[in-house]
Amino acid sequence: MQLSMLVPLQGLLPLEGESHDAWPPGPHSFEYPGLFGTTWINKPLLQAVIAALLLIVFWLAASRKVNILPSKGQFAVEYIYDFVRNGIARDLLGRDYKKFLPFLLMIFTWTLVNNWFGELFVFMLPTFSKIGYAYALAVLAWVVYVGAGFQRHGLHYLKLQLIPEGVPWYLYPMIIPLEFLSNFIVRPITLALRLFANMFAGHLVVMVFVVGGEILLRTQGNLLYNISGVVSIVFSFAVLFLELFIGALQAYIFTVLSAQYISSSIADAH
Amino acid sequence: MVAQIWAPLEGSTLGPLLPSHISEFIVGIILAVLVWIVIAKKVVPTFEKMYAERADAIQGGMERAEKAQVEAEQALAQYRQQLSEAREEAARIREDAKNQGAQIVSEMRTQATNDAARIMAQARQQLDAEKASVLKELRGEIGGLATTLAGKIVGESLADDARTRNTVDRFIADLEAQADHQSDAPVGS
Repeated sequence: MQLSMLVPLQGLLPLEGESHDAWPPGPHSFEYPGLFGTTWINKPLLQAVIAALLLIVFWLAASRKVNILPSKGQFAVEYIYDFVRNGIARDLLGRDYKKFLPFLLMIFTWTLVNNWFGELFVFMLPTFSKIGYAYALAVLAWVVYVGAGFQRHGLHYLKLQLIPEGVPWYLYPMIIPLEFLSNFIVRPITLALRLFANMFAGHLVVMVFVVGGEILLRTQGNLLYNISGVVSIVFSFAVLFLELFIGALQAYIFTVLSAQYISSSIADAH
Repeated sequence: MVAQIWAPLEGSTLGPLLPSHISEFIVGIILAVLVWIVIAKKVVPTFEKMYAERADAIQGGMERAEKAQVEAEQALAQYRQQLSEAREEAARIREDAKNQGAQIVSEMRTQATNDAARIMAQARQQLDAEKASVLKELRGEIGGLATTLAGKIVGESLADDARTRNTVDRFIADLEAQADHQSDAPVGS
């Protein structure tokens, strides 16, 4: 850690800067030193900024010139757009979907890009393996679905959420705290934890195979170790492809669940 | 080594569930909101507007196609009507022509019959006239011949009345035969 403080850019390079405690990989492998003399500007933060810039540039470029007859590029963008618009927003939200479509598009693309950073050269770290970013996105989703509920139903929203239909009054003392816990506390926490844990664990597995393989490969005088190291590193590529899939899947799940929560908030009864 | 692994957990019970730094959370929210604003202000309106235009274009195209189909059907009906009218007219013309032809044929036939009758009448009239004139001429000649004959008979012998009568009769018969032959010849040829 002391060493990397002296070389600020070292923190941006994957799997380096922690060589003295690289094995075994653990939560400490996700700790990155502050850069530019701060404690808080680190690699995950920089790559989050880069992801946001990439997304903003991508969307602005994509919407700069759209035609009724799409070009090849526009067709590809429309594919992503329609995937969220028709596949998630319209299916789950019905006629109100256009109001929440920007939010869902942001969730999907923002999560997807940051997750795929885990498999992208230079970055090699899924941003959401730092739980702060996952909490941030979950809190945004919470604000949006609770806000949508209050906007649609006013204070009646609380009654709709806390007292399920057909529950006898004497069960209220038990049901109301349970529903509150379920709808207002557990939902955002599970959103954040699901995303974080998938990214964190996936990256940890990759590190185990890569760092472990490297150590095995470098071990002198033991051919079996060296062969195992090669196998381990080759296998890490398969794990990386699996991580690509999981990254996309988690982006989809986060978006679908956000849409589902919004849908239950604006529904007339549930 | 165990101490190394769990080092980040020291001082907290959350481990990696606690953000390393509050900046993660704040930056995460700010960046997500920025992307959200860009998509909400620029991307979604642009795309939705284009989708609406596209739907309009497709709908307009369908309407145009329907219109064209209706027009084509109208044209087809009109064409069929014209065709049947033309057929009727052709049939009518054919019928007329047939009738007219028959009429012309019958007229011509009548005319020809009339002409033939007229020509025959004319010829007959001419023949009658010629016959009359020939007869008149012959009668005149017969008188002369009779006188000549009488003279001859008288000059030769008037004793035998029967012979004389025979001679006269033969002569007249000869004459008649000659006259018949003469008058028959041009008609017969």
